[in-house]
Amino acid sequence: MSAEPHYTLYHPRWYRRRVSVWWWLQKRSYTGFVLRELTSVFVAFFAVVYLWQLRALTQGPEAYEQFLARLTTPLFLALDTVAFLFVLFHAITWFNLTPKAMVVRWRGKRVPDWLILGLNYAAWLVLSGAVAFVLLRE
Amino acid sequence: MPSSVALTVARYRPEMESEPTFQTYEFPFRKDWVVLDALNHVKDSLDGSLSFRWSCRMGVCGSCGMKVNGTPKLTCATFLSDYLPGPIRVEPLDYFPVVRDLVVDLTDFMRKLKQVKPWIIRKEEKAPGDGEYLQTPDQLDTYKQFSMCINCMLCYSACPIYGLEPSFIGPAAIALAQRYNMDSRDEGAAERLKILSEHDGIWQCTFVGECTKVCPKHVDPAGAIQQYKLTGATNWVKSLLLPWGAR
Repeated sequence: MSAEPHYTLYHPRWYRRRVSVWWWLQKRSYTGFVLRELTSVFVAFFAVVYLWQLRALTQGPEAYEQFLARLTTPLFLALDTVAFLFVLFHAITWFNLTPKAMVVRWRGKRVPDWLILGLNYAAWLVLSGAVAFVLLRE
Repeated sequence: MPSSVALTVARYRPEMESEPTFQTYEFPFRKDWVVLDALNHVKDSLDGSLSFRWSCRMGVCGSCGMKVNGTPKLTCATFLSDYLPGPIRVEPLDYFPVVRDLVVDLTDFMRKLKQVKPWIIRKEEKAPGDGEYLQTPDQLDTYKQFSMCINCMLCYSACPIYGLEPSFIGPAAIALAQRYNMDSRDEGAAERLKILSEHDGIWQCTFVGECTKVCPKHVDPAGAIQQYKLTGATNWVKSLLLPWGAR
């Protein structure tokens, strides 16, 4: 069977509705989805800044100081704030997806979604705490 | 309770018009009526030319899927009383070509469904005399949810990806593929992997999640796709790390 149907004299005259340019405003979940697609640019931005930081680190203390100074300019502070908010949005929507993707069975029963979600968030908190502890201790 | 209610129904008569129009029918309101009852009342008493599909009236056959006030619904399970005061807007399912009025053409789905091989595949078939393929209740439980699909196409109509990329295999077909992949009697997962992990398979899905929300049988196609992404990715990593066919 070919993908395109053959048109014959008696083939129904189909009507195909066009998808509106504004389809992503019709439902909140659609808007959230498009927002996730578009704001992945900011996730990439975060990664690039991180690579840039590593590069500065390998070039010695002077270069690193310069890098830090550049980060505190108003432009970067604004960009960083926006990027951070969107990365947080990505992290949360990603965590909310985990119980869908991971089906864990315990003694023949499926582990409930809230437990998987809770464990993921708990692991996130513990790891963030550990990182903060390493970074912030004098 | 209102004494009457109105349905605004999408009409498309290809021999008369090149684009759908809307027609409003008003009739006495009855609180035990679902949208399908109202459509049948319209067809029987007000306008015999209205076309729509239906069969079982009890949420089993999956024929009466339509958009009610913009949301894909089984009209046999959608009460008029939930949409008062009306008028209630009834349209054909999105993204499928409309044949007439509320009737859409499902050929595209039928072709995709066949591609994912929704049947039990065995490397070697047992002879009938050797008995059945046995299965424990726990094994049944792993896929039972996905087997509840009635092919009503509400999930396709809710999926913007399917609207934008018509080549996407789509929620129900992937959920049904997963139904057989997870069946302990099946040995065809590798065959289905080919079609499912291609460009038009699972990776088109970006998890909008609407398919699961509209599903009248709680199949959770979005879950099936995300689970299969995990399987697909694991297989890919394995094939990368273990190049000698250890899959």
